[in-house]
Amino acid sequence: MELLQIWKDAFPILMMGLKLTIQLTSLAVFFGCIIGLFVGLGKMSRIKLIKIPAITYIEFFRGSPLLVQLFLIYFGLPQILGHPVDRFWSAVAVLSLNSGAYCAEIFRAGIQSIEKGQMEAARSLGMTHIQAMRYVILPQAFKRVIPPLGNEFIAMMKDTSLVSVIGMAELARSGQLYISTTYKAFQIWFLVAIFYIVMTLFISEFFVNRMERRLQAGDHS
Amino acid sequence: MKKTLKFVLLAVLVLALAVAAVGCDGSEPTKEQAKDAAKPKLIAAADATFAPFEFTDPKTGKYVGFDVELIQALCDEAGYELEFRSMGFDGLIAALQANQIDAAVSAMTITDERKKEVDFSDPYYKSGLVVAVQAKDTEIKGFEDLKGKKIAVQSGTTGALQAEKITDKDKITYFTNADQALLELKNGAVDAVVNDFPVSAYFIQQGNKEVKMVGEILSAEEYGIAVPKGKTETVEKLNAALKKIKENGKYDQIYKKWFGEEPK
Repeated sequence: MELLQIWKDAFPILMMGLKLTIQLTSLAVFFGCIIGLFVGLGKMSRIKLIKIPAITYIEFFRGSPLLVQLFLIYFGLPQILGHPVDRFWSAVAVLSLNSGAYCAEIFRAGIQSIEKGQMEAARSLGMTHIQAMRYVILPQAFKRVIPPLGNEFIAMMKDTSLVSVIGMAELARSGQLYISTTYKAFQIWFLVAIFYIVMTLFISEFFVNRMERRLQAGDHS
Repeated sequence: MKKTLKFVLLAVLVLALAVAAVGCDGSEPTKEQAKDAAKPKLIAAADATFAPFEFTDPKTGKYVGFDVELIQALCDEAGYELEFRSMGFDGLIAALQANQIDAAVSAMTITDERKKEVDFSDPYYKSGLVVAVQAKDTEIKGFEDLKGKKIAVQSGTTGALQAEKITDKDKITYFTNADQALLELKNGAVDAVVNDFPVSAYFIQQGNKEVKMVGEILSAEEYGIAVPKGKTETVEKLNAALKKIKENGKYDQIYKKWFGEEPK
């Protein structure tokens, strides 16, 4: 089995790439969710000073390609600052900000999908707007946003392969680097694809399905 | 519980399928023979981010450079119709192996490792590696001072291999394009770039005064045109054409245009 030998040889370098991909994905999704929640709420705010920056942020990061954003921050910013920026953290920053813009829209849609009556009922019980949000609206909205968030999570994982353009050897790039000296294109790309597929299955099983079931357990209908 | 079992089964199935699919190795995808009635077509590719050998002219958006003009002259001489493409340097050999392209003319150094995978024409250019550092650097004087320093390289190049010999792998940053590696140096994110001398020289000449070259040129490199293994006819035709244009002065003319001096 020549193939298994090739895979065995490539395994260590691909594992290093895989580690970086997992690191970037988890950090980007973690920060992206936090940014997204606040920006999503900000976009629904009635105060112009909060609403306009939120909208601008979302439009900027959803309206330009991730590739351009990476180049802009990593190669462009140093020319303004006059000193280089850290590679890993600029990648995390760009991915998080990008993910945050998408998460913001997901959260906003989730919150707006809860019937108006819920808010009115909570307010008539004497809750403040913030309390009503925190105890009544958000818990219900959260359940609805799990599937689209899972999709965003998976899309983000695949998008991390773009950081190769700023010289980071994540999973896809480490495969490419291995091929650039061994020339075993088919075998390596195939293995890399399998790695990604297994990660995707993992995310959709453990993140989406389990979370949904756990939250459903709280329903008494 | 059941769900988890299903998931594990699915993962196993994917892996099994993968092994089965790869099991039927060695199937060569055949390229469509888009034959021109008059002239046979030659699809040549280069990584057009490697000025002055191959790059995109900012004014016209066309591919220009020493390699581009050379392959055009060779095709004219050998009676091929040239189709020129740009692709990443580290993908060129794979593209030759898959017969996606007929020739790679991309300032590619002839090495024994590459010879195992592709065939080369006669050498058409003598080159060498050089160390480029920041202009304000006083520490690095040449290859011997690079140990433990942060180096940017273009992946799949002889410069990358040379850097791996000198410093630890985790100190090396790999870029797809040579210009990105040089930009990284210009921005001060790395200490040095190991790259082909003419390219670094051209970069500095283009007004990038933040960068300078130091030390000796490692001149044991010759560029050749790579073709898929076993395409002896293409190699013979290209070699004959190369000999011809060296004799009739066309080679000298192109050389002078791009390097501003007579061929050594």
